[in-house]
Amino acid sequence: MAELLAEAEGITVRFGGLVAVNDASVPVPEGCIVGLIGPNGAGKTTLFATIAGFQKPNAGSIRFRGADITRLPPHRRAALGIARTFQIVQPFAGLTVRENIAVGAHLRHAGRADALAAAEAVADRVGLAPLLNLPAASLTVAGRKRLELARALATEPQLLLLDEVLAGLNPSEIRDMIPVIRAIRDGGVTVLMIEHVMQAVMALAEEIHVLAGGRIIARGGPEQVARDPAVVEAYLGHGAAARLQGGAHA
Amino acid sequence: MRDHLAPVLIVLALLAGVPLVVDSNVVLNFLKVALMLALAGTGWNLLGGYGGQFSFGHAVFFGTGAYAVAVLQVRFGINAWAAFGAGIVLGAVLGLAIGWLTFRAGLRGSYFALVTLAFAEVARIIASVWPLTGAGAGILIPLREGFLTLQFGSRAEGYWFVLALLGIAMLIVRAIEVRRFGAQLVAVRENEDAARALGVDVLRVKLLAIALSGGITASAGAFYAQTFLYLDAGLAYGPWISVEALLTAIVGGIGTVWGPLLGALVLQALSELGKHLGGDAPGLGLVLFGAVLILVVRFAPNGIVGLARSLRPRRLARG
Repeated sequence: MAELLAEAEGITVRFGGLVAVNDASVPVPEGCIVGLIGPNGAGKTTLFATIAGFQKPNAGSIRFRGADITRLPPHRRAALGIARTFQIVQPFAGLTVRENIAVGAHLRHAGRADALAAAEAVADRVGLAPLLNLPAASLTVAGRKRLELARALATEPQLLLLDEVLAGLNPSEIRDMIPVIRAIRDGGVTVLMIEHVMQAVMALAEEIHVLAGGRIIARGGPEQVARDPAVVEAYLGHGAAARLQGGAHA
Repeated sequence: MRDHLAPVLIVLALLAGVPLVVDSNVVLNFLKVALMLALAGTGWNLLGGYGGQFSFGHAVFFGTGAYAVAVLQVRFGINAWAAFGAGIVLGAVLGLAIGWLTFRAGLRGSYFALVTLAFAEVARIIASVWPLTGAGAGILIPLREGFLTLQFGSRAEGYWFVLALLGIAMLIVRAIEVRRFGAQLVAVRENEDAARALGVDVLRVKLLAIALSGGITASAGAFYAQTFLYLDAGLAYGPWISVEALLTAIVGGIGTVWGPLLGALVLQALSELGKHLGGDAPGLGLVLFGAVLILVVRFAPNGIVGLARSLRPRRLARG
């Protein structure tokens, strides 16, 4: 097994009386695509936010390359090599696609010309090259998702956190994105992805963690997780696994 | 290599030539005040236009620059040039202080605007009762024309001085536009969370912006004091300059290098026109400004610069 690049350990997040994430641990081995799945409201995005530094956990720690980063603000984590995308896309609407990506590229490139050149290279990788001069506000949903991805990639991360980059895309757009994400991993970037599109997670992830009600209820390879009775019940309701099995025998 | 500075330098050179051609005191006085307002607006624009942090209280910087120059000379006998420099530095430091208090507390949008307004009002009230600032009577800088006292005998020299200040401010803004800091500042304006996720230290960017903004607007105040040689709390810290500073930028073109200069020329022309038409009717100028603001926000949200850009084909390869 590869070495751990990052690890969320025993994370608990409470909003008032609601426990959104409850003692959840997610290890992320270097060079992998790790999936984080679960029903709506399971706490996936909250857990994600604690890894990226946007949400302070009530308990637990985040480690990156062995160092405790639980208290670091998001921009410091970005500098260390952790980049995130937002589930609800957050483009700099008044800027062009090129300028949007350049903001990310500026993290490692001080000069304007360097940053713009790096932005163009990233745009090529995610298929935004023809749209570089358009205002970000004019992009379609698929374009905006790619822009989220491009900006995060432009920071040259070691760990990329993808929050539902495939949500809202049509099947052909999803098919286009899968190789892009795989190519990112092949380029040496470790990926942790939240995804609702099962077909994509199953195709991409080497390891999947299932979050339900704030707890990790199952983990393992895609096949293994899909067959896990606890996972089936979390998605389809109590007793569903038994009924499905009963149905299969009948 | 320094292409991006060329247009600014050319316009500055043209403006510098005006006193050689025009000998009218009326015109030079008009331009002098307009350039001073443009300078105050350029400070506001850096924070408000590029950084998206709308201040309703830039008078706090203008007044601090003005009082610094007056008080340091009159009460402490410090050289006018040194006092002028100190006024700019004080404006920047005050910007840092206000920024530290407001941005660290996460104040944005109208909350930030209201707090800056409060800072300006508090400064006005303090200046109107503090003996050091001359309290209600105000403070008078003794007339001593000369280069060392920074009091120019001819109108042209005063005009060139404020033009130089504005030129430096515009070149600073233009240089920021094409650098990392500029990209980060605009990113903060457009979406703070996204900027943070991309490694932008949002607090640091805002603090740097408000410090520069405060220093630039303070230089306009210092010039005001040095030109009119008299200050009271209402002149230095009054809401009029907070309004003028943001209006020049918004009317001219928010978040652009040229906006404050164009806006100041138009507004100052309107204000003179108002005086001719309405005589001394009090408040007429503000009514005019209000009407202009409504028209601009409704029909040309990007100001004069935005109108000009929409009239010619869109440049695609912006760098």
